[in-house]
Amino acid sequence: MSVLRTKKLTKKFGDFKALDGVNIEVNKGEVYGFIGPNGAGKSTTIRVLLGMLKATEGEAEIFGMDAWKDAVEIHKRLAYVPGDVNLWPNLTGGEVIDLFVKLRGGNPSNRRDQLIEKFDLDPSKKCGTYSKGNRQKVALIAALASEADLYILDEPTSGLDPLMERVFQESVAELKKEGKSILLSSHILSEVEKLCDRIGIIRQGQMIETGSLKEMRHLTRTHLLIETKQPIPSLEDFPGVHDVKEKDRALSFQVDTEQLDEVIKHISSYEVVKLESAPPTLEDLFMRHYESGGTGDGGEA
Amino acid sequence: MFKQMSSKTGVLSRFLLRQDRFRIPIWLLSLSGITLLTAQAFTGLYATEENRQTIAQTMVNPAMTAMVGKGYGLDDYTFGAMLAHQMLLFTAVTVAIMSILLVARHTRAEEEDGRLELIRSLPAGRLASLNATLIVVIGVNILLALLTAAGLYALGIESIDLAGSFLYGAALGATGIIFSAITAFFSQLSESSRGTIGLSFAALGAAYFIRAIGDVSNETLSWLSPLGWVTGTEVYVNDYWWPVLLTLGVSLILILVSLYINSIRDLDAGFLPSRPGKTRASAALQSPIGLALRMQRTGIIAWAVGVLLIGASYGSIFGDLDTFFEDMEIMKDLLSGLEGGSLTEQFIAKLMSIIAMICTIPALMAVFKLRGEEKKGRTEHLLGRAVSRNRLLASYMLISLIVGFVMLSLAALGLGSAAMAVLEDGPSLATIYGAAMVYMPALGIFIGLAVLLTGLLPKFTGITWLYLGYSFFVVYLGGVFQFDEWVGNLTPFGHVPEVPIEDVNSLVLIVLTIIAAVLMIGGFISYRRRDIQG
Repeated sequence: MSVLRTKKLTKKFGDFKALDGVNIEVNKGEVYGFIGPNGAGKSTTIRVLLGMLKATEGEAEIFGMDAWKDAVEIHKRLAYVPGDVNLWPNLTGGEVIDLFVKLRGGNPSNRRDQLIEKFDLDPSKKCGTYSKGNRQKVALIAALASEADLYILDEPTSGLDPLMERVFQESVAELKKEGKSILLSSHILSEVEKLCDRIGIIRQGQMIETGSLKEMRHLTRTHLLIETKQPIPSLEDFPGVHDVKEKDRALSFQVDTEQLDEVIKHISSYEVVKLESAPPTLEDLFMRHYESGGTGDGGEA
Repeated sequence: MFKQMSSKTGVLSRFLLRQDRFRIPIWLLSLSGITLLTAQAFTGLYATEENRQTIAQTMVNPAMTAMVGKGYGLDDYTFGAMLAHQMLLFTAVTVAIMSILLVARHTRAEEEDGRLELIRSLPAGRLASLNATLIVVIGVNILLALLTAAGLYALGIESIDLAGSFLYGAALGATGIIFSAITAFFSQLSESSRGTIGLSFAALGAAYFIRAIGDVSNETLSWLSPLGWVTGTEVYVNDYWWPVLLTLGVSLILILVSLYINSIRDLDAGFLPSRPGKTRASAALQSPIGLALRMQRTGIIAWAVGVLLIGASYGSIFGDLDTFFEDMEIMKDLLSGLEGGSLTEQFIAKLMSIIAMICTIPALMAVFKLRGEEKKGRTEHLLGRAVSRNRLLASYMLISLIVGFVMLSLAALGLGSAAMAVLEDGPSLATIYGAAMVYMPALGIFIGLAVLLTGLLPKFTGITWLYLGYSFFVVYLGGVFQFDEWVGNLTPFGHVPEVPIEDVNSLVLIVLTIIAAVLMIGGFISYRRRDIQG
């Protein structure tokens, strides 16, 4: 059952097409990773979904209701964390959290105090004195303390330290266990990898890939750095190997994920003394798209 | 030691000047300009000695004394005495405000935003930033003193002589310097720029009120306030220099203390303990209207005090109204076009239109606050929750209507009570209050226009201010310039019945109210339809 759905969503600002036929579907109990570089249209999509912006064309529905017309009804069951949290400098963090929870129509649950403790926030300080990370915490706590069915999180961990990032990831995992749906926008692939069931990639206002992480793996390449006792002749000609570079006595290169097994078998016969691998990054995925020279239409490569 | 801690002061001073290359000249020109223009205007307004003596009489009442300070040389009210009496204190307060803002901007604000840290990581001394700020702001004040002094003397007005003009400038400059020093001091004590500015303005307010109370009741009290020292110079009458020296001496002590504190404290630390705020929101805060009110609370209170004072000060001159008008051609012009009723009643009608327009300002600000919140990306927090756009806009509009009503009421009450105190058998408080309230529908039209623009053309909300400026111009000066009737009819304030000399015309008021309502409804419809800026 889909909780959130956009169909051919298009948003123009004057002549500029910020969104161009975006299709997203988030199902119940699912964590959907929405990734893309800065300015790709992530926040614009989210702001249309929240009824802040009116779609030029296409549909945006949440809980089967229209995101623009039924905004208030939808927002009673939705919690949102903006990427850039700007708060009132003369209110304290505690006051803002209470206000936000109240405005959603809920009551400050005991979750609030637990979350404040978990995120290590001092709620008695004025928002004007908070760092970016602390402002982010205020918005996160307010959202997580609400009993919502759908959570829309726009780059929620920007500004958080690694410790807090982990607290955040635990909280999301908990929500998922409770069967809540989450739309998580980010440009940190490792975070998305850990949390998300399905992923959509947006670039220049268009969705260029959607699917589960597994489905996407084959699109990516793994970085390898190896050192062997015997030199490997003409590795660059081996299928699936790209970008071979020699570094001192080691070789650094990329391997198409589906060719990884073959390549490892091949190089192991040259007596490997050192092997380092780095996971595919979001950047690689994009690079891949630029190399193939197209906007692609998902899952065919 | 001091030398090392002050390393790179010169470079930083130049950097500050570069940052404020527009800000400082604008302050300097407008402050000295206003003084010169006023001095020039006096020669036209009060051409004869008789005129001046008349105005001097109207100035001798407690309300005026509290506002502008004790007058000196009232029995020989020369242009110089008049300028020093009516303008010096107000200008000094404005100079103080300039100094507070400039110093806070380059000290605590810079530190709070983390820019000072960048500078400190370079081979710049610990005191360099504070030194540079003080050098620049004190320099600005000295320049202001010289500009004002030279300008006043250059006007060549009789009784505005060279010695007096330099003292006039020096008094202004010294006030600026002492408030620079006070702000520098608070910027070391407080941890935030809000705190620094708040404490400095509180000091300025306290100085003003201590002087006001002192001037009215007990002269010794005035000498506890730096603003009492300003008027204590008795410029153009007795020309006392020692209050200026006193001011500079106290400034020097404050500056030395600030530098010392700055040299021993940690970056980002303050000396006042930062008070922990509330950890829970009170029930009153937890709604869009509660939040909006809380954000505007200080501003609204300040305006309320302001309009009450404006009302009271106008009311206090009612006693001398007849003498006041007989000698003044321009005043008669201002009132021309009004017929019937006594002079007092004509004056009330005229005053109310002006007071109503002044009261429109805070009401408009209350509506435009919503737009400001939107620009800062904070309406999103509300609209992203279960708050409809109608409810949000209605909250701000309701506050605006209440603010308009309260301001108008306070101004009328201030005027009425002061007038009753000085007039034997003047108009009743009810008459005066009624004369104010008839402006409520016109004020509503302005609120409606602000609401409409917020919804329809949020980038052009400034049009409302232009329109209010136009209204003020044609209504206030309509009599002097003898405009055609249609010029005045273009503003709702031109249609309001001039109570108490005219009867209340319900039809006009109803039509105005309907127009206001239509504008508001248009605003709500368009606000619901547009994109919210992030």
